[in-house]
Amino acid sequence: MNIHEYQAKQVLRGFGVPVPKGEVCFHPAAAREAARNLGDGPYVVKAQIHAGGRGKGGGVKVVQTLDEVKKTAARMLGMTLVTHQTGPAGKVVRRVYVEEGCRIARELYVGMLLDRATSRVTLMASSEGGMDIEEVAAKTPEKIFKEAIDPTIGLGPFQARRVALRLNLEKKQLGQAVDFFQNLYRAFVDKDCSLVEINPLVVTAEGKLLALDAKLNFDDNGLFRHPDIRALRDFDEENENEIDASEYDLSYISLDGNIGCMVNGAGLAMATMDIIQLSGGAPANFLDVGGGASREKVTAAFKIILRDPQVKGILVNIFGGIMKCDIIAQGIIDAVTEVHLAIPLVVRLEGTNVEKGKELLSQSGLNIITAEGMTDAARKIVGAVAAGRGNA
Amino acid sequence: MSILVNKDTKVITQGITGAHGLFHTIAALEYGTHVVGGVTPGKAGTDVQGVPVFDTVADAVKATGATASVIYVPPPFAADAILEAIDAELPLVVCITEGIPVLDMVKVKHSMRGRKTRLIGPNCPGIITPGECKIGIMPGYIHKKGPVGVVSRSGTLTYEGVWQLSSRNVGQSTCIGLGGDPVNGTSFVDALALFEQDPATEAVLMMGEIGGSAEEEAGRFIRDHMTKPVAAFIAGLTAPPGKRMGHAGAIISGGKGTAAEKIAVLEECGVKVARSPADMADTLLSVYKP
Repeated sequence: MNIHEYQAKQVLRGFGVPVPKGEVCFHPAAAREAARNLGDGPYVVKAQIHAGGRGKGGGVKVVQTLDEVKKTAARMLGMTLVTHQTGPAGKVVRRVYVEEGCRIARELYVGMLLDRATSRVTLMASSEGGMDIEEVAAKTPEKIFKEAIDPTIGLGPFQARRVALRLNLEKKQLGQAVDFFQNLYRAFVDKDCSLVEINPLVVTAEGKLLALDAKLNFDDNGLFRHPDIRALRDFDEENENEIDASEYDLSYISLDGNIGCMVNGAGLAMATMDIIQLSGGAPANFLDVGGGASREKVTAAFKIILRDPQVKGILVNIFGGIMKCDIIAQGIIDAVTEVHLAIPLVVRLEGTNVEKGKELLSQSGLNIITAEGMTDAARKIVGAVAAGRGNA
Repeated sequence: MSILVNKDTKVITQGITGAHGLFHTIAALEYGTHVVGGVTPGKAGTDVQGVPVFDTVADAVKATGATASVIYVPPPFAADAILEAIDAELPLVVCITEGIPVLDMVKVKHSMRGRKTRLIGPNCPGIITPGECKIGIMPGYIHKKGPVGVVSRSGTLTYEGVWQLSSRNVGQSTCIGLGGDPVNGTSFVDALALFEQDPATEAVLMMGEIGGSAEEEAGRFIRDHMTKPVAAFIAGLTAPPGKRMGHAGAIISGGKGTAAEKIAVLEECGVKVARSPADMADTLLSVYKP
């Protein structure tokens, strides 16, 4: 799960990580009021969307006066911000964060994430703050310092110091840096984060460390024990279909193609997308109906797939193991009838009771194309979509 | 022969009285697996289909001589269940549970160092030696006894590969699902090393997916240490970066973990890689004649 920058800073503040003072605003007048409460300028007005690269897209402005804060907020609220992370459609700005400005002496980078190779949370830091850290990692990996963290001990002060020294922080800043990194790690572990990124971490002209930006992602599997984090979810930032899918315990990701897919199992779902492309088509989505593909789930899945106006055909690929194929076939028949499916549907069933399942499909009187194996299924749906066949 | 499980393996089910634990315990018994006990705290003295239930793993091991455990405990309690099995020094623990917080697994993985237990999973279909022992949720009947080792990160995609093999009358020595989580007990390299040593395994089919670098490590291991032919398939060529494809571990992040990169490394290491998921078995059979 993702949260906004202002929420991330609120969480980090709770762990003693220094962040600038600020207030989230939903209206230009509120932004002016918030700035007035902060005291003298300069102020920073920051568009709050779940995507990086906001500065380049015009979503971060430094201004000097209260009127400018109001004007800038008025311009940002409601605008569609396009960054390299939003995709070409961009995202509508619904909230802005008004923050106190600061005088920056140095910009650093610090991040924490799970290193899969070592199965440990790893602190990463670089003196190349404010930059695209992936680019730094690719071009100059020697400029990134890493510390793998022992889960039973936590981030040792010696590790935090080592990173601080490599970042060429001054002696008087070492204590601050150790606190900063250790508090960041406490936040990571206590809240089941999957990513913490402070880019930039600044050293102010006064010599203080400050998290000028903050990005926190959370492990979805850990959310059950963090009601406070779950409450920070902003549904406006998520794809509507993906929200509905999660209600039915379906895993759905919307893609750019025109062939809807419904598959049981994540690996097989990816493989099905791949074989559609190999056959000259383009998948409209990733959809894993999970192990227990009940009638309700299958119906919900069809409805979600069909909501995408791009979808011109659907491929169902089910390997019935524990779930029997005849039960799945009945679920498909019921769902197709309920949603009045009017575009081509190819069904590939394999596994337990497959013959009974196929018989049910062929006797249903519905326009369901059955397939033998994945290649046949992919070719049939790509062909049917190209020919524009359907019930309607 | 086979790896890790065979006709002598004695299994206990942790979470045997829950819906999943019960259902799959019955399926395992029907397959012929020696399920000798179950564990549900507070249910000691009862039985499930004639299988005695114990309060603790240690009690169950002591009473039954179990050598393996399978875990169907819900996610909030699953890490603790694994730790209990490690503590009881079971040689093999298979965790089926999906949705364990990754930081729980970081701790589990750390505490396994220097211990006797091998963990398979979590979030995996399990392990099966056809005709001898089935531990997990895979449909038993699609398997066939034979010379091909199968190792995979996913569930139904494994079944697809196994089915392709069985349909061509090529049986399997042992099939292992490693699981789709970013931190797990057994890696491709671990499984490949076991298959290389197993006299009954003549070739290996591996199925990977986007995310992490386990497939690349497997490729280098195959190049440096394996004499048996290996074929592979990597799912997710069409997956966009930054989107988690169902499995917690299946995500392309920071430009790393793409299917294209994995395929390139595997091929450089001399592994034949199927481009289409429909060709997994045929690709193996192009480098191996049973």
